[in-house]
Amino acid sequence: MWGWANIFWLGTKELRSVLLDTVMVALIVWAFSFQIYARSVAISESVNNASIAIVDEDHSNLSRAVANAFFPPYFKEPHLISSTEVDEAMNQDRFMFVVVIPPGFERDIREGRQPTVQIDIDATAVTQASLGSSYIQNIIRNEVDYFASRANESTAYPVILVQRRAFNPNGTGSWFSAVSALLDNLTILTIILTGAALLREREHGTIEHLLVMPLTSFQIVMSKVWANGVIILTTFSLSMWLLVEGLLDVPIAGSRLLLLVGTTLYLFAAAAIGIFLGTIARTMAQFALLMMMVIIPMMLLSGGMTPIESQPEVIQPLTWFLPSRHYMAFAQAVIFRGANLGIVWPQLLTIVGLGSIFFTASLILFRRSITISK
Amino acid sequence: MTDNTPPVARIQGVTHTYRQVAAVNNVTLDIPAGQVVGLLGPDGVGKSTVLGLIAGARRLQSGQLQVLGADMASAAHRNRVCPRIAYMPQGLGKNLYAELSVVENLDFFGKLFSQDPAERRSRIERLTTATGLYPFLQRPAGKLSGGMKQKLGLCCSLIHDPDLLILDEPTTGVDPLSRRQFWELITAVRRDLPSMSVIVSTAYMDEAEGFDWLVAMDAGQVLDTGTPQALKNRTGADNLESAFVRLLPEGKRGSRHRLDIPPLEKSAAAPAIVARGLTRRFGQFTAVDNVSFEIQAGEIFGFLGSNGCGKTTTMKMLTGLLPLTDGEAFLFGKPVDAGDLATRRRVGFMSQSFSLYGELTVAQNLKLHARLFHLLPAKAAERIDTLVERFGLGAHTDATASSLPLGMRQRLSLAVAIIHEPEMLILDEPTSGVDPVARDEFWELLVELSRCDKVTIFISTHFMNEALRCDRISLMHEGRVLICGEPQQLVEARAANSLEDAFIGYLQEAIGPTTTPPETSTEAGTASSPPQVSQQSRPGLHGFSLNRLFGYSHLEMIEVIRDPVRMGFALLGSAILLIVIAYGISLDVEDLSYAALDLDATPESRQYLSNFQGSRYFVEQPPIHSKEELDRRLQSNDITLAIEIPPYFGRALRRGDTPTVSAWIDGANTTRAGTIEGYVTGVHAYYLAQYLAGKGIDASSITRVSLEPRYRYNPSFETIYSIGPKTPAMLLLLIPAILMAVSMAREKEIGTITNFHVTPTTRLEFLIGKQLPYIAIGMVNFVILTLLVVFLLQVPLKGSLLALSLGALLYVSASTGFGLLVSSLTNSQVAAVFATTILTLLPTIMFSGFIQPTSTLEGGGRLIGTVWPATYYMHLSVATFTKGLGFLEVSRDLALLALFGPAFVATTALFLRKQET
Repeated sequence: MWGWANIFWLGTKELRSVLLDTVMVALIVWAFSFQIYARSVAISESVNNASIAIVDEDHSNLSRAVANAFFPPYFKEPHLISSTEVDEAMNQDRFMFVVVIPPGFERDIREGRQPTVQIDIDATAVTQASLGSSYIQNIIRNEVDYFASRANESTAYPVILVQRRAFNPNGTGSWFSAVSALLDNLTILTIILTGAALLREREHGTIEHLLVMPLTSFQIVMSKVWANGVIILTTFSLSMWLLVEGLLDVPIAGSRLLLLVGTTLYLFAAAAIGIFLGTIARTMAQFALLMMMVIIPMMLLSGGMTPIESQPEVIQPLTWFLPSRHYMAFAQAVIFRGANLGIVWPQLLTIVGLGSIFFTASLILFRRSITISK
Repeated sequence: MTDNTPPVARIQGVTHTYRQVAAVNNVTLDIPAGQVVGLLGPDGVGKSTVLGLIAGARRLQSGQLQVLGADMASAAHRNRVCPRIAYMPQGLGKNLYAELSVVENLDFFGKLFSQDPAERRSRIERLTTATGLYPFLQRPAGKLSGGMKQKLGLCCSLIHDPDLLILDEPTTGVDPLSRRQFWELITAVRRDLPSMSVIVSTAYMDEAEGFDWLVAMDAGQVLDTGTPQALKNRTGADNLESAFVRLLPEGKRGSRHRLDIPPLEKSAAAPAIVARGLTRRFGQFTAVDNVSFEIQAGEIFGFLGSNGCGKTTTMKMLTGLLPLTDGEAFLFGKPVDAGDLATRRRVGFMSQSFSLYGELTVAQNLKLHARLFHLLPAKAAERIDTLVERFGLGAHTDATASSLPLGMRQRLSLAVAIIHEPEMLILDEPTSGVDPVARDEFWELLVELSRCDKVTIFISTHFMNEALRCDRISLMHEGRVLICGEPQQLVEARAANSLEDAFIGYLQEAIGPTTTPPETSTEAGTASSPPQVSQQSRPGLHGFSLNRLFGYSHLEMIEVIRDPVRMGFALLGSAILLIVIAYGISLDVEDLSYAALDLDATPESRQYLSNFQGSRYFVEQPPIHSKEELDRRLQSNDITLAIEIPPYFGRALRRGDTPTVSAWIDGANTTRAGTIEGYVTGVHAYYLAQYLAGKGIDASSITRVSLEPRYRYNPSFETIYSIGPKTPAMLLLLIPAILMAVSMAREKEIGTITNFHVTPTTRLEFLIGKQLPYIAIGMVNFVILTLLVVFLLQVPLKGSLLALSLGALLYVSASTGFGLLVSSLTNSQVAAVFATTILTLLPTIMFSGFIQPTSTLEGGGRLIGTVWPATYYMHLSVATFTKGLGFLEVSRDLALLALFGPAFVATTALFLRKQET
């Protein structure tokens, strides 16, 4: 009973410390508003504003029609260049794609001689290159088909394929990137806030002061978890409802309550990691580096950037230990697929389990870290 | 003499306010030259502010101030006289670099004043011989005792033979022996440099007796000035302490009756504190060596000894903060146990360094602790009121603890330590930095607690008059107890005049003849008189100096090298991250789970589905049986793709009725969904071609045009050729930036930035000097990462290594420059780390072309990416590694990269103040 009171009062102290620091508050607001907005609108469609050039050696109606079929927002206005310019232009990074239409293209199509169109792709921009390449191929095929259907008989396909996207029928890119951005910032801020809160106490000697009072390590750690958790949860909720749902118009398919519960559990796990790092690091510089080593993999390998199943076999068992991976799966399921507790409980359980491991580890290291620091 | 020489400092109508509170209020004062001038007064009356203003460390807000004939409001004048002033800020070793050895610290200060190596060597030798620091030249400053730190601080101040020496409470927290040595040193120095003026603030009245001229201050104003004798005559007091009290306005004089301490009643009860053979070792070093004592309940037990002799360590062991290496300790008859909350509730502890929450106000701090000790609200309020009144905190209840002057903070710490009315108090130098009036009041309280409430008090102190008030004292030296007994007995045992003499006697006996006694040290100072080189005409002293710049670099480099863990993290950490990211990020979408809903189940439908089974992109899951199951399995993320074959597919196909197959794709991750669409289209097209070929129909009637994609620069189209060269770009920004930012913020937080404020160091020398070592670390990182990319990730470097290296150099200058910029806007290390992380991560990972080229972004993201250096270095790195481009072809990237570093540093220089506010 007294224990919880201690946790509560210590936590209010944490809240004050953070909220009084204008720089911190400004950064938290910035991270949960502008950064998420900028990231979600930055990548609006899967292929966007790609630079393209056409080498037209045919100068026919069909080749011009092909060139005109590339238009914004997917592609920039195509440039017409000569075949000798291709290498240099691509080296200079002026174009990501160059389509080379051979001489006699239209004639060959008309005569059914299957001419070859070459597409040069800058393959160093991997995702754009592969998506763009299939876009370009479709566009050229459609133009050719259209041209041929006017000239010859209509094409008879034996089977028609219809592709439909579930959960995001129009494939609006900002939905996914907004949610990824929100989750990434959630991870980053929680870890830094809690870890730094602990480290600041240690650097200022206030932790010794706490340890000679009738307080347990559990109470000290727990107070930091809840106080920083409340700050992040509040900004997360505001950002979710006002920015993601409101301004960016992302529909939330599942239960908001479930999302909030899951986020709270995840905050516990992330805060535990922050505290854990804070107990290992001796100085702020060490903490900063350790934190980078944890945050960057958490951002890149949790499934927001590379789907888990596409990760190499070696990495997959390692990323299982990242609570963010399970949270990412949970949040995507609830927000986009409308999953209920019956579907996402394994993720929630794993998050709590991992969080408890980190939390226990930091409790064990806590007192040790204080005695060694002097 | 004072009449015909101009004053060293002329203060006219100077007022200085912090957040609307005037610390110095319309002060007008001429400080005579060539003398030792003392600033006296209680805590928080503006002494430090006056000294800071005279030193040029603080910006003059209003009024006029001339120091050594120069107007301190003008930057040009300030720069001209600043090399003639030396300033030692308040706090033990405040302007020293703890990681650096004694000689390295001194050498650094010599460099700041443009001395050549030979001169520095001779000066260092002379100063350290005179101060007795010579045997400890290689010891890190952080490991020196408090007295030695102050001596080193003084040496650093004297290295350039200043005309004006400003010392802010230089002997606070220093033991009597060191204190005596310190003043002897000053006397010796003044004998060599008779023209040097010294301005000191002090809390010790006995020190003030020895000064030539005194300024008594209170509440930001000057009460009186004059020689010690004049002040005593004017007030009719026989000593300075009472003279000063009489100068104070009525309300502030405190209770001026003599403090009577009733004798301690001997009791047969079990002792409250027992220590037997207490020992604590840190590695090789024995901090406390076999210490034993017993303290009776209600006794006031004093702990004396030079700084670093093990007093604090002993106290920490008693409170359970430090485990014992050997021996045993009992509180209230029970062995000390770190987990014993009940005992902690009965003990009040106050540690030496201020350890309350600086960001909370006085009232909030008190209230928080009352709650943590579970005082009932009514009781808490009453207790807080009593304490606030008792400690004179009434005027400050709404001020944040960090804004209080040192003495006030100590009072607050004390109030907090006794808020729960503990039965035992363990106080580690509670009165350091507290003025005499407040100290007396504090002792009245202690006596009352001890005699009336039988509170056991274990206290360490440097003040002899406080030691005299203890029932028993114990004298420690180098981890051992030298002697223990009643103060009067100790004096008599040595036949000394005072406790101070007795104390010094015991210490010198313990130290033995090995260390230079103070007498000889003074002579050493006089014997080797300094070479009288004019310090002011030295070349390079004014204006930009490369030597000073390299001085800062050298300093920073040593600090970095002394922290191998940080270095290890920086280098090994980026190597590990490179490997994890390069292997972990795969943009090749593979192994997608899919399942089929085959409502037809004919050879034709199986034929269609077999094309998916054979693809390396897809992994088949158990088939789906109904439309509902399809939805559910997509929803539960069991599958990301479902192929639905309608009923009668086979029949329709045979009849040529063109059946429709549906592909359901999980659209949550849009990029992945796009890729899957491409794959599915490909499989479908392949099926069509196969089907038609099987029918003997020429496939060309379907595929009228043959498309031939050529993946340039990366023919196998593997992610690694793109991610491999881009990952170092990410790491070379994030890691140097954060290291740089923390380093600068640390300088601000621990106070060594004062050295930049009060020496001739220019802004650019300071910034670039600190930046160079981190650029070097960045370049080492670059080499490691490049080797890893080439040999481990097997991404060949096809283009110009020279261009890549030059680019890296420019890039690392930019990232460290950004670190500088961030730290100039933040005041604490925590905020610096926070800000750097938030401001660098997103632009570097998302907007710089790591995954998506910047040119294909929209809105704010694209704008940020365009003005972010990582964009150009990523581009350059890919161009040289994968595209195999040469120097000329990447010259645009190089040119743009070259702009960032200087721009960041220049902006930082604009924000960086040469003075405190």
